Amino acid sequence: MAASSVTRRTLLKTTALATAGVIGAPYVRGAYAAGKVTCGFWDHWVPGANNTLTKLCKEWGEKEKVEVDIDYITSIGEKNTMTIAAEGQARSGHDILQHPTWYPADYAEQLEPMDDLMQKLISEHGEVSKVVEYLGKVKGRWVAVPATTGSQVKNPCGRIDLLKQHAGLDVVKMYPAGADPDKALADSWTWDAFLAAAEKCAKAGYPFGMPLGTTTDAVDWVGAVFAAHGAQLVNEKGDITVKSDATKQVLEWFKKLVPNLPPEVFAWDDAGNNKWLVAGKGALIMNPPSAWAVAKRDNIKVAEQCWHFDAPKGPKGRYAPGLPYYWAVWSFSPNKAAAKSLLAHLSTRSSVEQLVAASGGYDIPAFQKLRDFKTWEDEAPPKGTLYNYPPKHDQIVSIAVSPAPPKIANQAYTQATLTKMVARCTQQGESIDSTIAWASQELEGFMRT
Amino acid sequence: MAEATVGGVRVRPLAGRSGLRRWAQRKSTVAFFMALPLIALISLLVVYPAFYSMYLATLNKSMQRFVGLGNFGFLFRRSTFWLVVEQSVIFAVSAVIFKALIGFIVAHFVHNIPAKGQRKWRGMLLVPWVIPPAMSTLAWLWLFDPSYSAFNWIFAHIGIPRVAWLGDPAWARFSVILVNIWYGAPFFLIMYLAALKSVPEQLYEAAAIDGANWWQKLWYVTLPMMRNIISITVLFSLIVTFANFDIVKVLTNGGPVDYTHVFATWAFLIGIQGNDIPLGATISLFMFPILGTAAIFILRGITKRGNEA
Repeated sequence: MAASSVTRRTLLKTTALATAGVIGAPYVRGAYAAGKVTCGFWDHWVPGANNTLTKLCKEWGEKEKVEVDIDYITSIGEKNTMTIAAEGQARSGHDILQHPTWYPADYAEQLEPMDDLMQKLISEHGEVSKVVEYLGKVKGRWVAVPATTGSQVKNPCGRIDLLKQHAGLDVVKMYPAGADPDKALADSWTWDAFLAAAEKCAKAGYPFGMPLGTTTDAVDWVGAVFAAHGAQLVNEKGDITVKSDATKQVLEWFKKLVPNLPPEVFAWDDAGNNKWLVAGKGALIMNPPSAWAVAKRDNIKVAEQCWHFDAPKGPKGRYAPGLPYYWAVWSFSPNKAAAKSLLAHLSTRSSVEQLVAASGGYDIPAFQKLRDFKTWEDEAPPKGTLYNYPPKHDQIVSIAVSPAPPKIANQAYTQATLTKMVARCTQQGESIDSTIAWASQELEGFMRT
Repeated sequence: MAEATVGGVRVRPLAGRSGLRRWAQRKSTVAFFMALPLIALISLLVVYPAFYSMYLATLNKSMQRFVGLGNFGFLFRRSTFWLVVEQSVIFAVSAVIFKALIGFIVAHFVHNIPAKGQRKWRGMLLVPWVIPPAMSTLAWLWLFDPSYSAFNWIFAHIGIPRVAWLGDPAWARFSVILVNIWYGAPFFLIMYLAALKSVPEQLYEAAAIDGANWWQKLWYVTLPMMRNIISITVLFSLIVTFANFDIVKVLTNGGPVDYTHVFATWAFLIGIQGNDIPLGATISLFMFPILGTAAIFILRGITKRGNEA
């Protein structure tokens, strides 16, 4: 073996020179020197809405020198919820992941607290509605930031012509664009008035398209009727409270309504009511403006007659069915600080305004002071149809099965206990008492911890 | 071990090395190594998830506490669970019976078509089985659409009242079973056709000489010769049908009022959508004893007949 020519002295000399070279070399800062943030955002229904979100993220990334990697995950086929479950199980995945309604509460233990960011956002943009707090704040701690994209309410979208002609309801006068509602008319807009209008429109051949299947559109509006009558399945302490006069009253109301709805409402998915309105078959549905947006494309004559207005009120108030979405950061994320900074950027007034505009007014910001954008005033036809879409006036935004503790409520919501109760005592012909007894037994099963 | 002399040099065979070579050259060893990638894949994608779901089924909802068989006990007390059991059994058993019957009858028809035109019929009849079920079920969804059903449109034109295909519990059960039969019958057809082709013609000739009519030929020749393939096909189809997910998910999502839920769709609803993963895993495990028992009986019959032969 040949003797090595490297001596101890030459080795030391070379090492010293190399070290000096490295230290003395000029520092070249890379485009993404501050690392990388991965995001799993909900894939928006509205074409082009994702592009605005991508643009906002890139803007932030360039400013902060952070690479932003975005996956848009569809909710079709529950792909988004399966991604949440898989990442939660694997304790690995995106830094920021968009969570639908019930998921932040379910994964609270695995999510990074957001109290600092929420405190700042609330001070800048005003309070959030009770439902946003109910779903996003667990044991006094914010576990996610309300997302602009995907958050929606499902207020009535009615046909101006049909409601006026057949039910004598002037919805434009009742909830005008750019002005306060007509007090007398709004006060008389109750669930009983809704029932009377539904009967008249059904007789005229334009029944209301109110779904009673197991998907969210059905559960949401039925939840609003229950809430407006003070009927709770489970109270905030977790006690089963379904056996009440209020529940009986609501079920009686549904027994009167169902014969005036199309018989297929029990089989409708979330597209059923949209198609009903767009085809010109019905006088009213309860939905975000997506049905109207499709009508603009496919049946402009119908779109021109659509008006969005507040939900009817019941003995306990006027409840609007809301469905907030959230942006959450996993506690196991390696880039929590950067992720929070990006969420702060996405929650600025300017960003929110751009997101709302990109969604054509579909997205509803959670914060009180962010509901005055021009988009809702300008969208047409008819001009101002979306003016009353963001919740205001005396409306209380709520979600079905609240105020039950979210982990219990999620079970009842997902399994559509409310609409099944309605189906049992109407379509299935069961008595109200046996329907309530069935619901009570189901709810006992949801108390698992 | 004997020593050999090669070129005047005594060579002592290396017992270990030649034994290893013999072992490596054995057909069973080669077969094992060739199957190893598949075994590894199955272990990764089937065995591991199966054991993991057994583990999950023993945890509480928040997955922080061991509850033993508590989840199973909980399910036994739920009326919805028994409704799902009932529907799963009705769905799987009736669909498999009709698939087998239709497959058997159509296989005979195709078998009797002259060889020249048989191939195109075989191809056409296999189409439902070749299309991914999630796609073909969407087409069925349009046919059954609650408001705009093509079937109802035809019914309206010939004066038959509308049918609530997906809105009425009984009709919804019928609809999901019908689609499953439509999708699965070609599998039975092709298996039975292959079995029919393997029945020696001489047996029918001998039966004809003995004066057997068509029924006797079917009962005493065809059926005994096809018995094993019928059993295996039924077992395989029973497993696949019990585990069906896409047809029910796309057509009815388990409704109305849970009447069309099968184990897989209910497990998905509870486990993923309801975020109760342990209970979802428990529900999915209920398929295992039912299918295990069916497999034991069917495979025992096949083995018995194999030994008799």
